[in-house]
Amino acid sequence: MCLAIPGRIKRIEGEFGIANFRGVERRIGLMLLPEAKVGDWVLVHAGFAIQRIDQEKAQETLKMLEEVLSYEE
Amino acid sequence: MRNESRLAQGLLHKIEELATEETNLMEVCGTHTMAISSSGIRKMIPRTLRLLSGPGCPVCVTPAEDIDWIIEIARLPGVILATFGDMVKVPGSASSLEAEMAKGAEVKVVYSPLDALQIAERNPKRRVCFVGVGFETTSPTVASTILLAKKRGVRNLFIYPGFKLIPPAMGFLSEKKEAKIDGFICPGHVSVIIGSRPYEFIPKRFGIPCVITGFEPLDVLQGIWMLLLQRANNHPRVEIQYRRGVTEEGNPCALASLERVFVRCDSQWRGIGVIPSSGLGLNQEFADYDAKRAFDLPKPKPLEPRGCICGPIMMGLKVPPDCSLFGERCTPQTPVGPCMVSSEGACAAYYKYGET
Ligand code: SF4
Repeated sequence: MCLAIPGRIKRIEGEFGIANFRGVERRIGLMLLPEAKVGDWVLVHAGFAIQRIDQEKAQETLKMLEEVLSYEE
Repeated sequence: MRNESRLAQGLLHKIEELATEETNLMEVCGTHTMAISSSGIRKMIPRTLRLLSGPGCPVCVTPAEDIDWIIEIARLPGVILATFGDMVKVPGSASSLEAEMAKGAEVKVVYSPLDALQIAERNPKRRVCFVGVGFETTSPTVASTILLAKKRGVRNLFIYPGFKLIPPAMGFLSEKKEAKIDGFICPGHVSVIIGSRPYEFIPKRFGIPCVITGFEPLDVLQGIWMLLLQRANNHPRVEIQYRRGVTEEGNPCALASLERVFVRCDSQWRGIGVIPSSGLGLNQEFADYDAKRAFDLPKPKPLEPRGCICGPIMMGLKVPPDCSLFGERCTPQTPVGPCMVSSEGACAAYYKYGET
């Protein structure tokens, strides 16, 4: 039940926003993530954005894995 | 080979190198249980490694007496009960919300607590009760909804507070030491909210490694590898594998809304018992939204299904195939206990993916 789905914020209207989930648009609450901006990828749970997805960190994690794994092959 | 499967192979290789002795890792979260079963990871990793399901399926740990009580509320005339879909099939002592719906109770399955608020606003003469179950991922969304209801002057929305907290449950299992737990795969989305610090007492007090892990197969494999590395280096601590979503401090705004609306209380976990300070109730300021107060009903005396071993499974003492009812009398079509009802219960996950 703790599933959170990534969506991308298209519009912001006060405390709410419209996010795109693989082509489907949904209204989400932004009260838990007031710093969210249009264009951000966010994790959405039960109708609320709960965190920004840090794309840089995602790349870093993958790169680190690549390095450690190929280095010792 | 695709990059991802190449990395997965590499990680499996690393895991094999380190998994030289019997090791029990507990995936605390039901979403991890599902991810592990559906990706087949349980079958890929070396036999020395055991992945135990933990108490992290909210539907499974909600006590039968709460379910009975929620059913009583749904039966009251003029009440609309709003709930996440996962709850409708769960058996209480004698009925379920699904059975009550068939008998005419007005139960609305919602995707967000905001939907419950909307139902309340559209039906000002009705009382609307939202079933508040879930962990730290979910409780802030409900806190936020209550704050919004208050701001808008909505007085006919009530919350049944059944929220639970993950770190106290992990502490409880570590303290009890009934199951030998050598590492915790910590829940990714609970940690999005609470950050990594609330787990720190676990390696400190119990010497058990913790890795906050994401839900993709690669995340889970990397999490397992990090746990084994911590063990090999004899350096138990809290690490974050799921860095794209989790920071040390979590989501401060969500934490503040929890603080604003709820107080910590002792809480009963189905099949496990009372865990001190492991639940959230509404605080004094928001007591008017408390369904337990608004609907003053007698406390039911719950009956647990005979033969069900969900409790020991969620404590890491047993696995689903140990249950004599598993796959015979108890299947997703004819569930006996909560771990088979919930789509992310351990029994349902094992059954669906043929891990018998
Ligand atoms: S198989 Fe069914 S009866 Fe057995 S522990 Fe799981 S849910 Fe309970």
